[in-house]
Amino acid sequence: MSGMILTFALGYAQLVIAIAACLAGSRILLGPRAQDRVLALDTLYLTVMLLFLITGMRLGSVFLFEAAMVIAVMGFVATVALTKFLFRGEVIE
Amino acid sequence: MIRLIPHPLLSVCLVVIWMMLTAFSPGHFLLGSAIALFAGWAMAALHPPSIHIRRWSVIPKLIWTLFFDILQSNADVAKLILTNGRNNRRSAFIFIDLKLKNPNALAALAIIVSSTPGTAWVEYSSASNRLILHIFDATRADHYHHVLSDVYEPMLMEIFE
Amino acid sequence: MNGFEGLPLWISIPVALLVMLGATLTLIGALGFVQLSSFYDRLHAPTLGASWGTGAIILASSILATYLQQRLVVHELVIGLCVLVTIPVTLMLLGRTALLRDRTENPTALPEKMRNSLDAEDAAQQEQEAEERAKQSSA
Repeated sequence: MSGMILTFALGYAQLVIAIAACLAGSRILLGPRAQDRVLALDTLYLTVMLLFLITGMRLGSVFLFEAAMVIAVMGFVATVALTKFLFRGEVIE
Repeated sequence: MIRLIPHPLLSVCLVVIWMMLTAFSPGHFLLGSAIALFAGWAMAALHPPSIHIRRWSVIPKLIWTLFFDILQSNADVAKLILTNGRNNRRSAFIFIDLKLKNPNALAALAIIVSSTPGTAWVEYSSASNRLILHIFDATRADHYHHVLSDVYEPMLMEIFE
Repeated sequence: MNGFEGLPLWISIPVALLVMLGATLTLIGALGFVQLSSFYDRLHAPTLGASWGTGAIILASSILATYLQQRLVVHELVIGLCVLVTIPVTLMLLGRTALLRDRTENPTALPEKMRNSLDAEDAAQQEQEAEERAKQSSA
């Protein structure tokens, strides 16, 4: 009983978050402007991190948790670097 | 004491995070403490403005208020997104005059504003102490004015100033 | 296969509900992200996934791991802390960037009172006040 409930819930969550990641990815392609794409990249990082966490729960593996943590930190650095570029690089100079 | 542990708050937080990430064992406690000590010295070399927390007792109340506020705003924003196109929601920019001056308190306020769905921090001017927020639902402008200047700001002032 | 069978219901039902809540909120956030028409509206969409989406999932993961390993497992909370501290920074930076770019490229899309930066507005106001004061003193 318990196994069925959890397998269903985790399967549902994996599916839903994968769809969310696809939607965020579609915004990277759609744009329309650079800041939209950067925000979409940030959202994509966040959803993929959640996907890793849920897959880790389903497989009972600790390694995916560590991957999720690395993604969370890398996503932050990437977004800040890109935003700084938009802030300083294109418009002002 | 101050020379040895220049940033006690940072060092304690680092030890706690280290213990959370690893198993709770004396060996890891020693290793985490050593790392926290070194991080404290490295931080002291950068000369950041030090954090003085005046009243610890307000912090749990702040976290409690924020917890329910975030829950409530999540439900509101989710409802608005799901009915998008059928409701006539409009977003707006609002201007708020702040009384807070302390940079740490302002950072805490930024975290509060940004992590609550429905409000986004857009611009802040330290000269005139004014803040521009973008709000998702323009009809709730008065509510956000009230919550920021009557609920969060007094709490943050009590904690930091 | 993964040891879920032996779990008592009072663990599995809250964990299942939390995971489904977090996943659904993240999906609603992403849906809004695609649907909403202006950038500033879209700025609100990821916070759904970042606040209770992440919160519910890390809580569920923590509860499950604590029960399965028979010791307190809270390392998920570090991820929560990380997201809580980093999301405001990225959103603030993006908001400021978008405003700056809108002001320099197409200021007509912005509301009237938003077209000048706060600092510029303050400087203009002070200048005006100084002029008035100078006029009064000369009169």
